[in-house]
This record gives sequence, C-alpha cells and structure tokens, in this order.
Amino acid sequence: MEIGMNHFLVVSAILFTLGVFGIFLNRRNVIVILMSIELMLLSVQINMVTFSTYLQDLTGQAFAMFILTVAAAEAAIGLAILVAFFRNKGSIAVEDISSLKG
Amino acid sequence: MIEAIFFYVFSVVLIISSMLVISARNPVHSVLFLILAFFNAAGLFVMLGAEFIAMTLVIVYVGAVAVLFLFVVMMLDINFASLRQGMMKHLPVGGFVGAVLLVELAWLYKSWVIQPEAALRALSPTPDPSAVTNTHALGQVLYTQYVYPFQIAGLVLLVAMIGAITLTLRHRPDTRRQNISKQVARKAKDVLKVIKVETGAGVS
Repeated sequence: MEIGMNHFLVVSAILFTLGVFGIFLNRRNVIVILMSIELMLLSVQINMVTFSTYLQDLTGQAFAMFILTVAAAEAAIGLAILVAFFRNKGSIAVEDISSLKG
Repeated sequence: MIEAIFFYVFSVVLIISSMLVISARNPVHSVLFLILAFFNAAGLFVMLGAEFIAMTLVIVYVGAVAVLFLFVVMMLDINFASLRQGMMKHLPVGGFVGAVLLVELAWLYKSWVIQPEAALRALSPTPDPSAVTNTHALGQVLYTQYVYPFQIAGLVLLVAMIGAITLTLRHRPDTRRQNISKQVARKAKDVLKVIKVETGAGVS
C-alpha cells in the first residue's frame, strides 16, 4: 500500500469539512466556533505541507509558518474580544452579540 | 507497509478527535480533543518530512493556543447546556453544506492532474534531505526569499499582543497606583512651607 499525495489531501478535505460543519452545529457557542476555525486552518496547513513535499518546493512550508502565525494571532484576539464581551454582557451566546445592529 | 499503518493511525485519530471537538458536550473536553488532533497532525507532518512545522505546531498550538482556550473556557462562568439548545435544528443545514463541500472537494481531487514540469518550476526547491536538514533548509528560504513576509508576520503578532492587552485591560478607579511622573514632578516648594518662628511666640 503506497501512501501518496491524495491520501493526505483527502484527510485535509475531511478535516476542513468537519470545521465548516462544526460552525453550523455550534451556532450559539463562540468558543467552539473559534475551535472550528482552528481546525479549518490546520487542514489548510496540511494541504500546503503536502503540496510542498510532493512538488519539492519549500514555499509551502514557509507559508504554513505564516498560517500558524495568523492562527495564533486570531485565537488571541478572538478570545480577548470574548472575555471583554463576557464582562459587559455576562453571556457569550451568538444571538446576544447583536448590539451593533441598531 | 509501516508507513501506511502510521498514516492510517494518525489520520483516523485526527478525524475522530476533530469530530469530538465539534460535538463534545463539555467545552473542556473539546479543547482536550483539539490538543489530540494537533498532536496527530504533527505526526502527519513528520511523515511528510516537515519536522520543523511539526514541532512548531506542537509548541505553538498545544503550548499556547490550546492552553489559552483552556484558560478562557475555565475562567468564564458560562452555562454551556443552554448554548447547546437548537443544535439539532442546525444539524440538517450544516450536514447539507458539509456534504456539498466534501463532494466538491472529492470531485476536484478525482480530476486532479499535476503538470510533469511543475516540480521544475519550484520557487524555492527543496535541497537533498540527506545533506541539509529540514529546519536548516526552511531557515535559508525564510530569512532570504521571504524576509518581508516574515517581518510582517512578526508585526501581526505584535498587533495581536497589543490588541489583546488593550481589550482585556481595565482600570479600576478604587485601586491606588503608583504614578511615577507625578512623583518626579513634585517640587519641594509646592508642598513645604518654611516659617520663621519668633522666640517664645510659638506657631499658631
């Protein structure tokens, strides 16, 4: 059994789909939505590194590093917004986050 | 053969744990399954020959991001049971969107062909792994060809750090803080009064 490029791509596709599905499934819980976004970014990283390995090009791995940076920054800012919101409203349900709607 | 066994173990555990991330009843369990998913993804990266990315994934995601999630989940006093209401209502829509996405991706991969000369046009070709380690090769690319994106990545992290601090910092009016510039600006003549006291008269 030879493990090729498509095996890794299929794993990454399933992981991305699970991330999208998680956003729909946990419509009210912002923390799990943030975790689903992390899963989607992880699947993109697997895609990048797979292509980098099988095409013998290090660019994919360099950009996987940048994806990692952006994912870390996004998690930090998202959780900080969440903490600030919870202090003001006492809730993190998504439908309560509509004060800017007017 | 052994490669296939490792691949299937890593990918099956990765997919099952990410399913549990999105469906776990308790968000603390979600975070713990997220950590398991990251470890298995790191295993897949090692199989792909990207050791540096694998180790960075473990350090950054497990050591920083997942622990941050764990802190926030445990720090906020949230009734998670009420957040799960209506989950079954969203299940058909989410399942439909997920199925469409998966079919589209499968279709794409089925008809996927890589041009034979694609490897010759590599922007930064991978050196021979037996001569140069992955970390060394990645460093040689990252600090020369991608030095500006690398600097911008550092700037993104700085902005994220400052943003997170300004968002969560709050000033309490009742706490007494040391104000160093106020202390330094204090002059003796503003607060001290020298009185010439006459003998026997005293100070009134």
